[in-house]
Amino acid sequence: MIKFESVTKRYPDGTVAVNGLDLVAPSGQITVLVGPSGCGKTTSLRMINRMIEPTSGRIWLDETDTGTVSTSKLRRGIGYVIQHAGLFPHRTIVDNVATVPLMLGVDKKTARAQAMDLLVRVGLDPAFAKRYPAQLSGGQQQRVGVARALAADPPVMLMDEPFSAVDPVVRAQLHEEFLRLQQDLGKTIVLVTHDIDEAVKLGDQIAVLRVGGTLAQLATPADLLARPADDFVAGFVGRDRGYRSLGFADAGDLPTRKEVTVRLGSDFAAAAALAEDGWVLAIGDAGEPLGWLDASHPGTGPIGPQHLHRGGTVATEGGSLRAALDAALSAPSGRGVLVREDNTLLGTVTASEVVARIEERAAAERIEAAR
Amino acid sequence: MINDLWSYISVADHWWGPNGIMARLDEHLRYSAIAVGISLVLAIPLGLVVGHTGRGTAVVTFIANAFRALPAVGLLIFLVVLISPQFTGRSEARYLIPTTIVLVLLSIPSILANTVEGVRNVDPEARDAARGMGMTGSQVLFKVELPCALPLIFSGVRSAVLQVIATATIAAYISLGGLGRLIIDGLSSREYPKVITGAVAVAVLAIVLDVLIALIQRYTVSRGVSGRFSRKGATATTAPRKDDAIEADAEVLAV
Repeated sequence: MIKFESVTKRYPDGTVAVNGLDLVAPSGQITVLVGPSGCGKTTSLRMINRMIEPTSGRIWLDETDTGTVSTSKLRRGIGYVIQHAGLFPHRTIVDNVATVPLMLGVDKKTARAQAMDLLVRVGLDPAFAKRYPAQLSGGQQQRVGVARALAADPPVMLMDEPFSAVDPVVRAQLHEEFLRLQQDLGKTIVLVTHDIDEAVKLGDQIAVLRVGGTLAQLATPADLLARPADDFVAGFVGRDRGYRSLGFADAGDLPTRKEVTVRLGSDFAAAAALAEDGWVLAIGDAGEPLGWLDASHPGTGPIGPQHLHRGGTVATEGGSLRAALDAALSAPSGRGVLVREDNTLLGTVTASEVVARIEERAAAERIEAAR
Repeated sequence: MINDLWSYISVADHWWGPNGIMARLDEHLRYSAIAVGISLVLAIPLGLVVGHTGRGTAVVTFIANAFRALPAVGLLIFLVVLISPQFTGRSEARYLIPTTIVLVLLSIPSILANTVEGVRNVDPEARDAARGMGMTGSQVLFKVELPCALPLIFSGVRSAVLQVIATATIAAYISLGGLGRLIIDGLSSREYPKVITGAVAVAVLAIVLDVLIALIQRYTVSRGVSGRFSRKGATATTAPRKDDAIEADAEVLAV
């Protein structure tokens, strides 16, 4: 647990970066600090490992007042990940990762072996171990940065905009892997971002800070979207809050219908005869949905991948209402594709069925609230 | 002319005699090594501290620029007038000390400025990460900043060495030895083959030393910093800087 106790940072020129911040980041959870530039989110983060010293107030790491231990001792027990990874250009990847264990006196062989395991864990090919940071892409460097921060197995991780320097596709990938990793490791994480979507996606709780360094709202992502505390938070959280909050609503058992399917390679004319509303779903050998086939533009010969409409998204059984609704809205047939955990076809659902479920849920919540 | 040169250098005594090329080369190397050695001991630690703390950067820049424009011969004669009367007993020291001072003053700026610049240029994110993982100030300096600054430090040392080798010829003005002896004596006795031999010897020495230091650089600087990657995707290589050698050559001829 990390606890801020009326922490203030005032610079000699009078600028107040953080003003009387009280905040608890619970153990084993991801706390995201988010806000516009100048809200003191990075300053707050850097005060935890005393890269910046607070002017007043205290920060507790479990039972320890961070102001009472030496900075090097404090920092060696805290993983630290920064925006561009900050890898050491003169060291190979494996030696970068082994840095802190080596400083702590672990012998070279053990430290390197652990570093190799960590590289695999963060999704890097061990073949990268002997390369240098300059030979890696931004996303790969960031994975190494995370591995390096994890190397001494610190209970606490501080992450300063760790995913903002990579392109959106890689970022989404890193998000998924980061959440998976956190599920295994259960670290106490404080993460800074300026991107509210990233905050909503990653955070167990989100602290929205406003310019001047005060806390505007501390809430779970679902709460933040559903009940912003004031205009500032509402404005910062942004548009489409109703739709985005569906991302936290469990879809439960949706009324799926069986779908007639065709396999790749089967005859076009036969497939077209099976179509409903002009579209028929094509599946692969393992029963995984591949895409919709437009029966109103009949071709000849066997069906190939090039004939399929790829625009539709696929929702997983037991996922969110947002994913289910999106699958229905994006399907050219109007029938959203649901799959089981193993990616095999479960059935389809229409948008109106999902909306009906959303309304049932909202009505139940109103009744619950009225009690 | 070519024949005169040939007949000059084909005399064994001109090479191996007590005042031959090899003896002069030995003296030349000795003056240069003393000066560069002192400069390294002074400038590198100072440069590392200034670069690491960021304090005194402006002073360093000022000193470096001022010393670069040093009128070597004028200063040397001034120092001889000033210092040599204090050492009447020992004949070599009274000239060696002023020469060494001039050469040290000449070689410090490039080593100092490049060391400071090398440390200042280290990726701030790498420095931040190093501090953030609990490295102490000196660990940050020696484990991160120094290894990353090495290419620039080496380049400073190389230009210092070239300048010292070229300028050490002026020791001959004040009755010391060195390869400058060949040039000055040759000029006064109108033995032009001797002059050319001296000038070429200085230039060759400068190039050989530069290549030697380049080799040391190659094996001490991390591939990650120099960019010489073993796998495909190598981007840059560190070739000896030929332009410096040519510059040194020009300076020798200007003397």
